Amino acid sequence: MKFSAHEWRGHFPLLANHPRLHYLDNAATGQLCAAAFDAVTHHELTQRANVLRGTYKLAEAADAAYEQARRQAAAYLNAASADEVVFTSGTTAAINLVAHAFGDTLQAGDEVVLSLAEHHSNLVPWQMLRGRRGVALRFIRLADDGRLDLARLDEIVTPRCRLVAVTHASNVTGAVSDLVPIVAAARAAGARVLVDGAQMVQHGPVDVAALDADFYAFSGHKAFAPNGVGVLWGRAEALAALPPFLGGGGMIGRVTAEETTYAAPPRRFEAGTPPIAQAVALGAALDWLRAQPWEAMRAHTTHLAQRLLDGLAVLPGLTFLGPREMTERLPIVAFNLAGIHPHDACQVLDAHHVAVRGGHHCAQPLMDRFGVEGAVRASLAPYNTEADVDALLEGLKDAQRKLK
Amino acid sequence: MNEDLYQQAILDLAKSADGAGRLAAPDGTAQGDSPLCGDRVRMDVKLDGGRIAALAHEVKGCLLCRAAAAAIGRHAAGLDAAQAAELRAEVAALLSGADAAPAWPELKCFEPVRPHRNRHGCVLLPFDTLRDAIEKAAGR
Repeated sequence: MKFSAHEWRGHFPLLANHPRLHYLDNAATGQLCAAAFDAVTHHELTQRANVLRGTYKLAEAADAAYEQARRQAAAYLNAASADEVVFTSGTTAAINLVAHAFGDTLQAGDEVVLSLAEHHSNLVPWQMLRGRRGVALRFIRLADDGRLDLARLDEIVTPRCRLVAVTHASNVTGAVSDLVPIVAAARAAGARVLVDGAQMVQHGPVDVAALDADFYAFSGHKAFAPNGVGVLWGRAEALAALPPFLGGGGMIGRVTAEETTYAAPPRRFEAGTPPIAQAVALGAALDWLRAQPWEAMRAHTTHLAQRLLDGLAVLPGLTFLGPREMTERLPIVAFNLAGIHPHDACQVLDAHHVAVRGGHHCAQPLMDRFGVEGAVRASLAPYNTEADVDALLEGLKDAQRKLK
Repeated sequence: MNEDLYQQAILDLAKSADGAGRLAAPDGTAQGDSPLCGDRVRMDVKLDGGRIAALAHEVKGCLLCRAAAAAIGRHAAGLDAAQAAELRAEVAALLSGADAAPAWPELKCFEPVRPHRNRHGCVLLPFDTLRDAIEKAAGR
């Protein structure tokens, strides 16, 4: 299938409203696609009702839309069943759910393995668990190019390991994690595997069956869908083994004044009214994304990222955080310019209508590893063009002139 | 508006780095961290009769943060804890749009930061750290 970035932009109304904008902060949030926008509008105007409660036609329509969204998410992930899809408010909530429900089954001395590339959302919940349960945290280190250093994996994932929780791809370096040896090491230790897919799902359908992980978390807002919704996928037997995290309506079997029995997954983990319209819109976005020509789209974003890497490499005083080659990495490029703070660079870039993020990107241990406080990060989506990359490069040259 | 942010006065103030360094035997040291960007300010103060007799700062931060620290390095001698807290409030008010003439003429160069709310913290971090350092020194 052919792909045209200019045609693809037509599916993103905000970009039409801001024709001069060079939006390169897609790792923070993606723009809302028309399929998601239309789904929200249709749902709220024709079938808005609470789910899992009503017997009237409107409520049945809302139920059907919500459960269809579960099937759409399952299809995007190649999950065995829609019952393996738990809707959450986002990746952070999904990881916190596992940190509580699975974490509370752990004992002092059990180990959780993370990497130094994790977003704070896949680090802080485990530090908090350490405070509650006395588990030990162990870390996969990073090589100089930002990739996970798996050379001593057998020393890090020990028989005491109960969970390995790692990112599918870094939100700073763009490096895609080599999950095969990590999953193998976890399996050998009898540990579960949680994969943080927050950066990955917007770059094409994910195959959780092939990954052989136990849990996979992602957010709607990075996948061109609304914010306030995300997914925790869990292998059926892994979810079934977990106690609930939040208690409330919708997650119960039977409640008496004295005790409660719990619903089966996924509802066991969806206490209270879920983000219904957001989930419906996420399902629509994922359905639309699944039908896109991903091979051509990845070739496009890889070409743009390579153009960016090449253009940056010739700027004086530039250092990269992350791999220089475009194999096994996403079109996310983080860098620093000597003598220019990331925030100052971003502020000058804004005057050029270039939207990029500067700072620690909620990955301070990674920043510590590279001895920097922060970095400028440009993150690309298929709707970006060479003009976006060139505007960034020109803006950086202007920043170097103005701020030195 | 963005380009106004980096007028020559603010660049010169940042580059002056007045007061940069460490004190050999401070009465109080405070460290301020920005949760937004990871910037860090360390400030050492020596007091004489409850007032700043000497001050030095180390800044890992943006131009706005460095300029604010330099203004402090230039003018903070003689302040007591209450005045440092008052100064911090005055800078916050200036960023929020207050018209009152600032205590130090250099502070006027931060007026273009007003519409950029996410950058207010960059200017305020050294003033927060100054207030904390004096409080620590006074509480010894």
